[in-house]
Amino acid sequence: MNPLPAPRALEQFFLEARCKLLDLAGILDRVGRGADLDSLTADARTEKIHKALGILMSAAPNKAELIQKLFSLAYDPEWKRPSPRF
Amino acid sequence: MKYIDPHIHMISRTTDDYQRMAYAQCAAISEPAFWAGFDRGTAAGFHDYFRQLTEYEPRRAALFHIKHYCWLCINAKEAENVSLSREVIAMIPEFLSKPNVLGIGEIGLNKNTANEATIFQEHLDLAAKTNELILIHTPHLEDKYKGTRMIVDMLKNDPRVKPHRVCIDHVEEHTVKLALDGGFWCGMTLYPTTKCTPSRACDIIEMVGTDRIMANSAGDWGKSDPLAVPELIQEMKRRGHSEADIKKVVFDNPLTFWRQANNWKEWPPEPSLNGAVPQPVKAGY
Repeated sequence: MNPLPAPRALEQFFLEARCKLLDLAGILDRVGRGADLDSLTADARTEKIHKALGILMSAAPNKAELIQKLFSLAYDPEWKRPSPRF
Repeated sequence: MKYIDPHIHMISRTTDDYQRMAYAQCAAISEPAFWAGFDRGTAAGFHDYFRQLTEYEPRRAALFHIKHYCWLCINAKEAENVSLSREVIAMIPEFLSKPNVLGIGEIGLNKNTANEATIFQEHLDLAAKTNELILIHTPHLEDKYKGTRMIVDMLKNDPRVKPHRVCIDHVEEHTVKLALDGGFWCGMTLYPTTKCTPSRACDIIEMVGTDRIMANSAGDWGKSDPLAVPELIQEMKRRGHSEADIKKVVFDNPLTFWRQANNWKEWPPEPSLNGAVPQPVKAGY
């Protein structure tokens, strides 16, 4: 499976990226205009959004996967499993 | 291009959707047993639901020349009620020989609780006892990664489970390799906001390839699109992927997985353009 050449991908998806960035900017502006903005500084979701923006600015080749993991609960490998019967 | 939607809840869709899917060349669908939007109070309620999935819905699909298959279970959300779940699981064998039943599903986890894990394991016990295919629901949003890891733990912990007879559904960027590296099939669900978009599904295919991966709409009573698979076809065409690669994801792969089902009957061959009738394809299992 060959991905599109980078210049073609940019050409094809530039407007979509612009649109989604504007949507995100609109959401952040909306939150910022509301009352009680200071109460959000301790909200873990605010921190996650800021960290996600950092991932977008990075050179990582798997930004979507990293953002998915950022928004995921932690996994405990020692969780108590049920046993097969029979 | 003909396609298969291997995960769509048609009982909550209108007949107009069947018509539009037929226009878009949907050849077949499979409908996993799922949560009805409210918790059912009795096993008798599930008995009626299983009759709907195995008797009524195939007839409605046939009006549009769409083949209808289904999967049976009590879903992860209602699995929190362990006693009701055990009643429902005890009832499932009565329906397993119905011709459109592919196996046990969509079993899985929702909020990753101990009760859900217990009932998931008891569904695995039933599937092992009756040698059924298994279709697995993975949780949404922040629960997905943890829940998928837990599901893979339970599958690997059970020596009776054959990975090539299991499909782990709703995979996304952070869970797709957990399924594929374990030897399982996987499904990507094209669903607004909470799951994967056609563009991201195409990205995932570009990253992991076309083996053991399929795509579905999971169309249901929520805001969802029963034509999401054709949208993926368009996205893959837009990026220049070959017809063969696209067909493998949206038709050949689900068919290959389904062909392992105990009740599987090969589809009658369709006449070719020159009028010759091709020989039926023999199942490879």
